[in-house]
Amino acid sequence: MDTLASLADGFVIALTFENLALALIGCALGSIMGALPGLGPANGVAILIPLAFTMGLAPTPALILLTSVYYGCMYGGRISSILLNIPGDEPAMMTCLDGHPMAKKGEAGLALSLSGVASFVGAFFATVGLVLLAPQLVRVALLFGPAEYFALFTLAFATLGGIASTNQAKAAFAAALGLMIAMVGVDTQTGVPRFTLGEVHLYDGIDFLVVIVGLFALSEVLVFLEERHGKADLHEPPKIGRVVPPLSILARCTPTMIRGTVLGFLSGVLPGAGASLGSFISYSLEKRLVDPKGRTFGKGDPRGVAAPEAGNNAAAGGALVPMLALGVPGSGTTAVLLAVLLAMNITPGPLLFQQNPDVVWGLIAALFIGNFMLLIMNIPMVSLFARVLLVPPRILMPVVAMISFVGVYGISGSSFDLIVMVAFGVLGWLLRKVDVPLVPVVLGVLLGNEMEVNLRRAMTISDGDWSTLVGSPLAIGLWTVAFVGFVLPILFGRVLKRRMRRRMDEEGAVID
Amino acid sequence: MSDRILGLVGLVVAALYVWQATLIEESFITDVVGPKTFPIILAILMAATSLYFILRPDKGPEWPTGARLFELLMAIAVLVLYALYLPQVGFVIATAIAAGYLTWRLGSRPLASLLIGIATALGIWVVFKLILGLSLAEGPFGF
Repeated sequence: MDTLASLADGFVIALTFENLALALIGCALGSIMGALPGLGPANGVAILIPLAFTMGLAPTPALILLTSVYYGCMYGGRISSILLNIPGDEPAMMTCLDGHPMAKKGEAGLALSLSGVASFVGAFFATVGLVLLAPQLVRVALLFGPAEYFALFTLAFATLGGIASTNQAKAAFAAALGLMIAMVGVDTQTGVPRFTLGEVHLYDGIDFLVVIVGLFALSEVLVFLEERHGKADLHEPPKIGRVVPPLSILARCTPTMIRGTVLGFLSGVLPGAGASLGSFISYSLEKRLVDPKGRTFGKGDPRGVAAPEAGNNAAAGGALVPMLALGVPGSGTTAVLLAVLLAMNITPGPLLFQQNPDVVWGLIAALFIGNFMLLIMNIPMVSLFARVLLVPPRILMPVVAMISFVGVYGISGSSFDLIVMVAFGVLGWLLRKVDVPLVPVVLGVLLGNEMEVNLRRAMTISDGDWSTLVGSPLAIGLWTVAFVGFVLPILFGRVLKRRMRRRMDEEGAVID
Repeated sequence: MSDRILGLVGLVVAALYVWQATLIEESFITDVVGPKTFPIILAILMAATSLYFILRPDKGPEWPTGARLFELLMAIAVLVLYALYLPQVGFVIATAIAAGYLTWRLGSRPLASLLIGIATALGIWVVFKLILGLSLAEGPFGF
């Protein structure tokens, strides 16, 4: 009952004019960013954080705006998957497999509306799951001491790399790099400067917003510039047609959506897996269950559209559970959302629910409202958003780059931060070339100080005895999960990743 | 090969990092762990993974060469110049030049690039400065 009362309070906060307007703007921007290939949820939200920050939004409205963008991207990603056979963002990859064949058969409208409904079902029930699960997780997390927190952070790094990279050593390298960047600046405990090389600008540390925008948004521009040959302009999207799904098809897909939602939510809650895995698992299991011989899947089966869309939207909601309850994000985009909280001086984690219940419940209520907005935007109004695909990337990419600069310049008004951002853009491009995942770098920059503080606090309590790190059953449990999470992908991750890639190849050049 | 170079760079960075860590001055009030230990642990982790890259490298990516490399370097140079001179030149002019250059290199025709650059700069200026009230770089002409 407590939960319901809190949720009711949340609706009071979310239903103000400002917050409703921000949710609406966020949903619309998100759908657009999701639809545009090359602008995904992580870099979309990354560009907007400094803007939200310099616009002086309070924490709750800022979070509502950016989380609406996140949900919106999950909806929007399917539009270009279906119409162009190019995933609008990574989680929408699986939607290409049956969505584009449907569009070719002249059923683009059906595919779009059905996937819109599936997205809604996934996102709505994942938000319900968030309401139910997060408070329970908070109760466990309140038992955590500094040693457990240190173990938890390690766990996040260990599992986050798993799916993101085919090579665990590269994920570990990325995490070390991110944490090392976080160490720059004045030490919070003793007040001595570290790794500043005498540069005064570095005493405050390197602003994580600058790092995130550089790594995600600017490196995307460089990648695009490098690969532009042959695909700088997109082809005309096919006609959309009727956008109301017949009830018979909805009824036939209902079990599919339910299965997709459950699987997606679970893979979202697990740290590290995120939405891409959610949609992959939903699609693969659905195929195995209803069409083991491969007669209709891959040739435009509506269930092949409903399953991955329910899956990736549910995973997006699920990934918010560990982010809000533990302060440990479950995916790249939630890592970026964590940056919003940190930039607003709000410490995520179990105390968030006690100290800032207005932020948490206001956000959750706004997500419920945003889902209905998205449903309307993505079914009756979907042709409007599909038109965005006509904007050629040669115009779009420079706009993205320039808006990144606007945001970062807004924070500090100094050239120094802009240079740092360009440097991180180049670094991001180099790391992507050598297949080092960027998400652990960002997570390291975000969590580095908190991780070190917890380590040192634990050691101070134990008076320098390192065995305190494995001193409680809870800590041992976390270390075990971290270890398994790191080793398991070495055994299975390659197979999974290869299968994801091969599935795409079989469908024939996705990016033709 | 790329992975071996990455490994070498990683080793050098880790070594420099440890060296810098030993230079951190301890203050007279300090905790048991101190400000040096955690950074050194991180550097060791980086060194270990770097060694792994040198011993077991993955297949390298295709690096841009010739014209494409030049293209990228030029784009980076434009971004750096933009970052350096934005406060002096002012937002609209600097952005029009940078955005125009990028869209030209991405395949717009020269005259169209000029117009797209100006439109991008003005569009962003109107939305962020006039409507949202952010402070953009002002430059000598106040825009």
